Amino acid sequence: MLPYMTTLYGNPASLHSFGQEPRQALEQTRAKVADLINAERKESVIFTSGATESNNLAVKGVAFRNQSRGNHIITSSIEHMSVMNPVKYLKTKGFDVTFLPVDKYGIVDLDSLEKSMNDKTILVSIMYANGEIGTIQPIKEISQIVHRKNAVLHVDATAACGHVPIDVKTEGIDLLTLSSNDMYGPKGIGALYIKQGVVIEPLIHGGGQERGLRSGTENLPDAVGFGKAAELAKAEMAVESERLTKLRVRLIKGLLDAVPTSFLNGHPTRRLPDNVAVRFSYIEGESILLSLDLQGVAASSGSACTAKTLEPSHVLLAIGLKHEEAHGSLLCTLGRQNTDEEVDYVISIMPNIIQRLRVMSPLTPKELKG
Amino acid sequence: MYTDKVMDHFKNPHNMGEIPDADGVGTVGNPVCGDLMTIYIKVKDNKLEDIKFKTFGCGAAIATSSMITDLARGKTLEEALKITRANVADSLGGLPPVKMHCSNLAADALHVAIEDYYKRQKEAKQ
Repeated sequence: MLPYMTTLYGNPASLHSFGQEPRQALEQTRAKVADLINAERKESVIFTSGATESNNLAVKGVAFRNQSRGNHIITSSIEHMSVMNPVKYLKTKGFDVTFLPVDKYGIVDLDSLEKSMNDKTILVSIMYANGEIGTIQPIKEISQIVHRKNAVLHVDATAACGHVPIDVKTEGIDLLTLSSNDMYGPKGIGALYIKQGVVIEPLIHGGGQERGLRSGTENLPDAVGFGKAAELAKAEMAVESERLTKLRVRLIKGLLDAVPTSFLNGHPTRRLPDNVAVRFSYIEGESILLSLDLQGVAASSGSACTAKTLEPSHVLLAIGLKHEEAHGSLLCTLGRQNTDEEVDYVISIMPNIIQRLRVMSPLTPKELKG
Repeated sequence: MYTDKVMDHFKNPHNMGEIPDADGVGTVGNPVCGDLMTIYIKVKDNKLEDIKFKTFGCGAAIATSSMITDLARGKTLEEALKITRANVADSLGGLPPVKMHCSNLAADALHVAIEDYYKRQKEAKQ
């Protein structure tokens, strides 16, 4: 990334020689990102400021482009806010929106999807995997249903990209959101894959960069970092996902065995390799993560975004948890640096943390107070 | 996010527990909102001889519960009723704005406990 801030600072859009090498670097990084998801050509990938912009561009871009054909949008009830809120905004602009229910594991109900589709349906937006509960959706089956009705499928792969293999061709994905910082790349950069032939409206109008779909000089240093992250993610995926899955299984089993009345959030097997989402009855998530932080373990309660609102996460409510159950949820995300020893450390300190908070809680039944 | 004082009270809360033969008990909040606290008081000669708490909630909820027991212990009932949410937050060196409303319930719980004590006294006289 550094050379593109110090010596190769030319504008990739410029014709002069200073712009040539940056231009090449941008196209190489585009190819790396395209390769990660097996896109048909690198030009189908455009760079954005991150997953939030990509989701906004996909959802609003498809909706505004196709409003003469129909005004019905379908999404799930567990999407990230950067899909939820654009969709709610579109509702105020005259679009009809269906929020699909999910089962207790967070898997989208395919029957409901099929029944919700009608002649006016132009867009279905379903995430690849949920970052809060780890559950991976049956994207290929969803795609078949969506395409039978000639609608467009957008998939938010923010939490999944770089962690599990994604193939936009065989899975039948029309638009796919990618994030850089969720796969160890720099923040402030992301991408949207738009299948050749799918036409959308831009949100940002200007000099016509990124095929006119995202004007503005490209953020080259971060794009180069993103490309490298995508390259590494692809090279290490098979080995790393197997390693993380073992750690995940060990951590989930260890926690559920060590702590009474604790439960897994999300699907036991169809889940992201790095995602450990558990809940403990009678106590509140933030006090668990503060206690963990005091012992050197960084975790989050529900989702870092919802921590600002104090409301329990809409994802946890959508999988059928009561408010008080959702409040007791804890999310640990495993990564490249984590080891068996660290997993065992978390398992070893958790029972005392939970017990201390349960002793303090007026909700804890007597038999659990020890 | 939290002050050192909040973290001190979170790590080592003061006066945590129940008073089985309490003279007044006050519970405020709701597990649905993520915060629920109960304050137990023991009254002697119009003074708070003992005070304890039980709390389900975030770091701020636990720290404010602990702090109110320090602020109220030994005070007359009239003095204790004058302790406000703002007093509790100030004594902790401040709370994040988002926690001021939801998790700063300890003063309310204390006031409810004192009202419960007055009610029990009144009923005893009748």
